[in-house]
Amino acid sequence: MGIALCLVFFYAPIELEEGLLQKIFYLHVPLAIVSLGGFVLGGILAIAHLRTRDRRWDLRSYVTIHMSLIFGVAVLLTGSIWARGSWGHWWVWSEPTLVSYLIVFLLYATYQPLRFAIEDPERQARYASVFAIVAGAFVPLNFLAVRLSTSYLHPRVLGSSSNLPGSMRFTFLVSLAAIALLFATLCSYELTAKRTRMLLRSRSRILGYR
Amino acid sequence: MTRTVSALLRKELLVELRTLESVPGMSLFAVSTIVVFHFALQRSTVDGDLAAGVLWVTLLFAAMLGLNRLFVADAEQGGFDGFLLAPVDRTAMLIAKALTLLSYLLVLEIVAVPAFALLLLGPPLGPALPGLVAILALADVGLALIGTLIAALAVQTRARDLLGPLLALPLLVPIVIAGARATSPLLSAGHVGALSGRWLAMLALYDLVFGLIAYAVFDFLLED
Amino acid sequence: MSTGGAETTISAETGGRAPAGALPSRALRIEGLTHAYGERTALADVSVSLTAGQTLVVFGPNGAGKTTLLRVLATLLRPHAGRVEVLGHSLPGDAWLVRGRIGLLGHEPLLYRELTPRENLRYHARLHGVAAHRVDELLAEVGIDARADEPLRTLSRGMIQRAAVARAVLHDPELLLLDEPRANLDPAAVGLVDPLIGRASGRTRVISSHDPGGGLAEADMVLGLRDGRPALLGAAAEIDSAEITELYR
Repeated sequence: MGIALCLVFFYAPIELEEGLLQKIFYLHVPLAIVSLGGFVLGGILAIAHLRTRDRRWDLRSYVTIHMSLIFGVAVLLTGSIWARGSWGHWWVWSEPTLVSYLIVFLLYATYQPLRFAIEDPERQARYASVFAIVAGAFVPLNFLAVRLSTSYLHPRVLGSSSNLPGSMRFTFLVSLAAIALLFATLCSYELTAKRTRMLLRSRSRILGYR
Repeated sequence: MTRTVSALLRKELLVELRTLESVPGMSLFAVSTIVVFHFALQRSTVDGDLAAGVLWVTLLFAAMLGLNRLFVADAEQGGFDGFLLAPVDRTAMLIAKALTLLSYLLVLEIVAVPAFALLLLGPPLGPALPGLVAILALADVGLALIGTLIAALAVQTRARDLLGPLLALPLLVPIVIAGARATSPLLSAGHVGALSGRWLAMLALYDLVFGLIAYAVFDFLLED
Repeated sequence: MSTGGAETTISAETGGRAPAGALPSRALRIEGLTHAYGERTALADVSVSLTAGQTLVVFGPNGAGKTTLLRVLATLLRPHAGRVEVLGHSLPGDAWLVRGRIGLLGHEPLLYRELTPRENLRYHARLHGVAAHRVDELLAEVGIDARADEPLRTLSRGMIQRAAVARAVLHDPELLLLDEPRANLDPAAVGLVDPLIGRASGRTRVISSHDPGGGLAEADMVLGLRDGRPALLGAAAEIDSAEITELYR
């Protein structure tokens, strides 16, 4: 699967004939879509955790949100580069998606400090799940609010993807698939790593006490 | 449920009246903030967008103070345990605490808005008042709901005074957006603009969505 | 006497329902309860039962899990493993059914310092659906009605403890959970609260105690905990205080 991933990933840049700026677009938007999806998914997994009380759901929720946050850094970086290229500034307030993404990012950046501020692991998982649910519901609402507030200031530069001509649209979709796969792969790696670490820790604890 | 909520409310207001640890602080902080704005902006009067901004930032930050204090007495004096031992619906605590925070916000605004009109606002407050009351009422509900939820979350953590505002501010951005946008035309220098239905609808939607979510998840915060 | 597999259960049923001695047993077993500090086990594999009207006294050094056990029975903590049945209902699923029938007297009085005893008790009375006059009666019974309208923080610890006792029995619970109830009470006060929380009250009681002699005298059943594990279990008549003191070594 990793090979398919790499192939897909490199196919997208090769296809491009447009300038560097458009290439960033193919990276920035899919990253944003995938990470936002990840945040909302983290909320859904948190609902599963609260309903089943099974801590494995909390682990999945945590990893998903954590990975989305990391992707989020990339979103903001690529977004900034793209803004610089389009308007000459490293940041613009007129692009509503970028602005609302910043707010979402700031919100989820508090997720880990929240977790680490609670010592009791059961409570930590429970409170983190509550937060993930609230934040997950917040994502669409926030986009709506920011969109409403900027829509009549500047015309949106980023047209919707349905307006893209055929070849660009195809490249965009490929890129989206690639990044989604990357996200899923990295999440499963992190999940496995965490599970292994937990397993090792509980084994050594059992051995240590006996 | 109603009986439980009213029992909780009576207790809350009684404690606040006895200790006066939230409302006077919030109100005083708001007035000080307005004064700071005068110096920071280097202006004697503000109107329009600027006025809306000053007002909303002031109210928001003063609300953070109230948020921080909301559950402290319960956490430190066994209030949670006492409540959890009772055969009552636990969501009553969400409702009672949100109503409490709401009442604090209302008192805060009764102090802060006239102070703002006195100290910094250029245009007269009178014509703007009805619209402003409507906006503040809707926004306060959202503030109270999110404030209560986040306060309950933060009070059981270390660095609770820091984490509360940190978690709440991004979540409250839509309220600030809608509130400020709706307020600007009311405070404009020329004639008073119309009250925008779109922003009121946004506030109402926010209140509805987070009201439902808070209702669904709050109980999970109370267990041990 | 050691635990072996002695299957006695905490089964406090309402007194009037069945003759004493013919009551069904209910197994209480909490395994691997991890509540404080993550991986530390607070209670492990505890099994004990009790019939209505009886008193179970729990001994053990600090950190042995006595308070945790009481809090689980009070429905404040969930059992992480094992079965717990209180007053005929299993926890945590049916906890809401028994909540109003349990009274907890813990280390904290669970009262607001800035409110008066009367205001505190009125608040709890409203929560439990108890009539207001009962508050005034109880305040007199525990002997603090003279100071009932002053803020709690102005009262001595002994008086605060008495107010806490009043709070614990306000709703006339069938099961009392008492965490070192004699702490902070002077001998006169002990006499005042005894009808409410002592053997004379007729309630089923679980008491955590540090006093081998006095505790043993009050007990029908004895449970000794060490590091969360049951180290001692049996009828009080068959245990002598030397075994209890052993727990603390």
